[in-house]
Amino acid sequence: MLQATGIVHAYAGKPALDGVDFSLRAGEIHALMGQNGAGKSTLIKVLTGAEVLQRGSIVLDGQRIRPATNREAQRLGISTVYQEVNLCGNLSVAENIFAGRQPQRRLTRGGGIDWRTLNQRARTLLAGLDIDIDVKRELSSFSVALQQMVAIARAIDISARVLILDEPTSSLDSDEVEKLFTAMRRLRESGMAIVFVTHFLDQVYAVSDRITVLRNGRLVGEYPAAELDHAALVAAMVGRNVAPQGASGSATADRKSAASTRETPEPPVLRTQDLARRGSVSSVNLEIRPGEILGLAGLLGSGRTEVARLLFGLDRADAGEIRMSGRPVSLDNPAQAIAHTIAFCPEERKTEGIVEDLSIRDNIVLTLQARMGLWRKLPDSERTELTNSLAQLLDIRAGNLDAPIGELSGGNQQKCLIARALATKPRLLILDEPTRGIDVAGKQEIMNQLARLAAQGMALLFISAEVDELLRVSTRIVVMRDRRQVGTLPGGCSEDQVYALIAAPAEGLSA
Amino acid sequence: MSASALPAFDRRLVPLSATMLLFCAMVVFGALAYDGFLAPQVFLNLAIDNAFLLIAAIGMTFVILTGGIDLSVGSVLALTTMSAAALVEHAQMSPLLVIPLLLVGGAAFGALQGFLIHRYRLQPFIVTLAGMFVARGLCYLIDTESIPVRDPLFVTFAEMRIPLGASSLSFGAAIAIVTVAAALWVAHATRFGRTVYAIGGNARSAALMGLPVGGTLVGVYALSGFCAALAGLTMTVYMLSGYSLHAVGLELDAIAAVVIGGTLLTGGVGYVAGTVVGVLILGIIQTLVIFDGTLSSWWTRIVVGLLLFLFCVAQRLIEGRAK
Amino acid sequence: MNPAARKLLALPLFWPCATLALLVVLNAIVNPGFLALEWRDGHLYGNLIDILNRAAPLALVAAGMTLVIAARGLDISAGAVVAITAATGALCVSATGSLALAIAAALAAALACGLWNGLLVVAVGMQPIIATLILMVAGRGIAQLITGGQIITIYFPPYDYLGNGFLLGLPFAAVLALAVIVALHALLTATPLGLFIRAIGINPLAARIAGVRARPITLALYTFCGLTAGLAGLIISSNVKSADANNAGTLLELDAILAVTLGGTALTGGRFSLAGTAIGALIIQTLTSTIYSLGVPPEVNLVFKAALIFVVMLLQSAEFRASIRKLAVRPPEAA
Repeated sequence: MLQATGIVHAYAGKPALDGVDFSLRAGEIHALMGQNGAGKSTLIKVLTGAEVLQRGSIVLDGQRIRPATNREAQRLGISTVYQEVNLCGNLSVAENIFAGRQPQRRLTRGGGIDWRTLNQRARTLLAGLDIDIDVKRELSSFSVALQQMVAIARAIDISARVLILDEPTSSLDSDEVEKLFTAMRRLRESGMAIVFVTHFLDQVYAVSDRITVLRNGRLVGEYPAAELDHAALVAAMVGRNVAPQGASGSATADRKSAASTRETPEPPVLRTQDLARRGSVSSVNLEIRPGEILGLAGLLGSGRTEVARLLFGLDRADAGEIRMSGRPVSLDNPAQAIAHTIAFCPEERKTEGIVEDLSIRDNIVLTLQARMGLWRKLPDSERTELTNSLAQLLDIRAGNLDAPIGELSGGNQQKCLIARALATKPRLLILDEPTRGIDVAGKQEIMNQLARLAAQGMALLFISAEVDELLRVSTRIVVMRDRRQVGTLPGGCSEDQVYALIAAPAEGLSA
Repeated sequence: MSASALPAFDRRLVPLSATMLLFCAMVVFGALAYDGFLAPQVFLNLAIDNAFLLIAAIGMTFVILTGGIDLSVGSVLALTTMSAAALVEHAQMSPLLVIPLLLVGGAAFGALQGFLIHRYRLQPFIVTLAGMFVARGLCYLIDTESIPVRDPLFVTFAEMRIPLGASSLSFGAAIAIVTVAAALWVAHATRFGRTVYAIGGNARSAALMGLPVGGTLVGVYALSGFCAALAGLTMTVYMLSGYSLHAVGLELDAIAAVVIGGTLLTGGVGYVAGTVVGVLILGIIQTLVIFDGTLSSWWTRIVVGLLLFLFCVAQRLIEGRAK
Repeated sequence: MNPAARKLLALPLFWPCATLALLVVLNAIVNPGFLALEWRDGHLYGNLIDILNRAAPLALVAAGMTLVIAARGLDISAGAVVAITAATGALCVSATGSLALAIAAALAAALACGLWNGLLVVAVGMQPIIATLILMVAGRGIAQLITGGQIITIYFPPYDYLGNGFLLGLPFAAVLALAVIVALHALLTATPLGLFIRAIGINPLAARIAGVRARPITLALYTFCGLTAGLAGLIISSNVKSADANNAGTLLELDAILAVTLGGTALTGGRFSLAGTAIGALIIQTLTSTIYSLGVPPEVNLVFKAALIFVVMLLQSAEFRASIRKLAVRPPEAA
């Protein structure tokens, strides 16, 4: 039905897709899988007209197409439902489905929008998805899951042929996911072709007929879902072999390794007990001792970043306890976490990390200054000395430390953020994907630096999507999956062991 | 209200209901405290004396529904009175030509502001502030003194009374009522009106849903400019003069009326009908002050400020609970 | 363009200074006596001194506004606060005959106004425009309440000194404004406050993650902005020897925002310049004098101000600069 061949797409010269083929049949649910940067979202953008096709061809029902806008793709029969519901919560359910396409009354009957027909059609449409709600109520009074369904109803009403679901399940609980799947199966029966993008491996197997895997902008392969097991799927996504291994075996290994670390005499810098937040992560139990690097592994969406946010007071936990050096602490905002000598390098460097127009020096001393209060200013000589020495220590390559930080390369910006953290002399340093978007040499430097800091007695929590990096420096590795902590592995373990835990199927959901 | 909506009372209707209750309470208070307060003419005078404010506030309602603001309405109103007076009295142009010309001019002025706001992503506050300066400045360029209007057509309009039982309504009030009816229809029954709500709810989503966001934004400011010009013509008839100091600070009253009428300043939620009640409340405060006789006029401003405060805080509470 | 000129053009204060210089030159051509300064009765006289004196209240308000805008806020109640403080000061000085008491009462009222705005923004969480709109609407009513609806005339010579007196040969108001701006600058450089304000203005989320406590800082900025409006109110009421609740400081907040913008402070927050704001205030006042000397009706000033706003606003818009660049690049392609 839809055949994309040899798609090549680049952003400002950087290739994002390199000769990718993708085919979609009527009446199937086709999962599109890949890690961050694999090219999934670029492929979707090309298909939906958010990006104009650069090279390659897209054929829909025997006709070559080249949608230039979202609207054009919709007219051709391709609709998309995004992760965050792109509807207007202040409008009624029925209006959201028909916004911009409201049925009009004939002029002889007064003209204007025909609300009766509109509401009636919305009811019929939703009934087709097995939903019975008051379509006149405002959308925001319904759960995210229902809003998602309304978005799907809108999409199929506009064009009932190709439906792209881009991570629709990220904010749904398991009952809601089941409802969504029922609707998807029903649409499949009616002959619609559905592209399903998700990070949750178990969900892929629950509904998909075929799976296409992308990696680094290239096609890895297209497989019937029944013939590709969990381990093989993860292997295809990360690009290496993963030995099939029972999850239960490593869970016992996990307990043993936890017991062995308990022999170290020093009390843990940080210890969490059943730390949880609704909609974020459940029951996190971590323990980090001085001189230790605790690695946090997991796929995108597994809850890695959410743990960091809880530990730094960016989100408030609604259950559990955090202890620093044995004493319980409450971390309600970043300033409190900083006062408790925790430092944090966020994943989103540009939006959450650097203050772009400020100088490199100002960026480095910002947190230290904030901790010193409103009135005490770091004397200029100390400020210069501190920033110079940190720049030297971390090898920040900048012609002039008084230049705006925005002028630096990504790797050097990252080093500045580490420098900002180090300037406060933290006991616990949390790094969320500190090596993302940085070249190989830069990555190596940052890894070496982490090892050096741990050797000096600092406790580190190192979050990364790249397992080989984690293994290189971590004392222990905690694995997250589907927003739960699923096991702990000792530092010397193999990549296979980590991937086995990452990829293990959950007990509840299965095809 | 349909029966199905009754069990779950829409919390967004809370501000509007509060406004209506407040209005009723004020009327009851007035009726108990002062003789003759319940005379029909007292209420018709509310419409007559506030016709131009009502018309301008209707335009403002649409702007605020998109999440924007229009500070230029008072000045555009004054500029319209000045231009009308100058064109009719000094240039001897036919009012039949002047009236449509000024209405188009007001709409064009608003459309230009909307274009700048949309195309160059400028803050509505600053753009319409500059627009306010321009329009007021142009008034002074025409004349710094008041220009009386003696044109027969305007005078006829001014003297026109539409009898309603024993009482009567002025021409301006009739225009205001027609405007309200048209605005209700536009807001409720046209794609343009619904897109206004969608933009106020979530501009990004509205764009992703394929709605014409840019055109609607320009249209909304054009509508506000049009309403300001229409209000200006109404005021020309009401005052029979053009004056550059007409309607100073009217934009604040209009904003206050919209907010008191239950429209969220963040956009997306609100009703034209609410604005009508908002204007009536502003009017009745003034009427109460006048009826009392001992209260000074400045209490109007203080009470309006107080109401504005209460409604803004209430809006914050409602938003907070929505999250 | 040679590198020296390029460097000069890139200086943040270049355009404000150039605009001011242009206006002064224009005036000097139209009115040869414009630049003349005269030493009389122990102090300076002349057009320039007059401009300094008249620009003082605006510069004060604009200084407070600069910091509020730098931290992504806005205060549109300054004119109303001027009316309230002028009324308080006038009433107090007529009732007690004590200058110190009058100043204290007026400034206390101004502080309360600023604190009120700050609390609405920080504690209630309103948008700055809306929060300060409330006081803008109610403020003049409150001022009239204080004055009893009358214009209070002030018959108290010491009070005149605030707006008409001279210190070290210069107008007291101008010296006061300069002192406030210099002290403010010193405070911002001697403490990390300036750094925090810029961080909050540029990237509030990153500032929060870096541990900057935005709430107390924002509250303090609004309070301070109220205080500067209070000082302006005292000067204005002393200048005209009366307190007029309806007309004292009308549109002052808008002039202040204009001065802030002209001085190179970004309306979107972050980058700010107190010196630029002072120059911006001088530009506005000089413009007013120019219009007087050109014989144009003074009210037309508004159109010039609007034109200035449009120019500065469009120059600050990334989208506008992009479309200009496109226009500049297109012709060779088309040919």
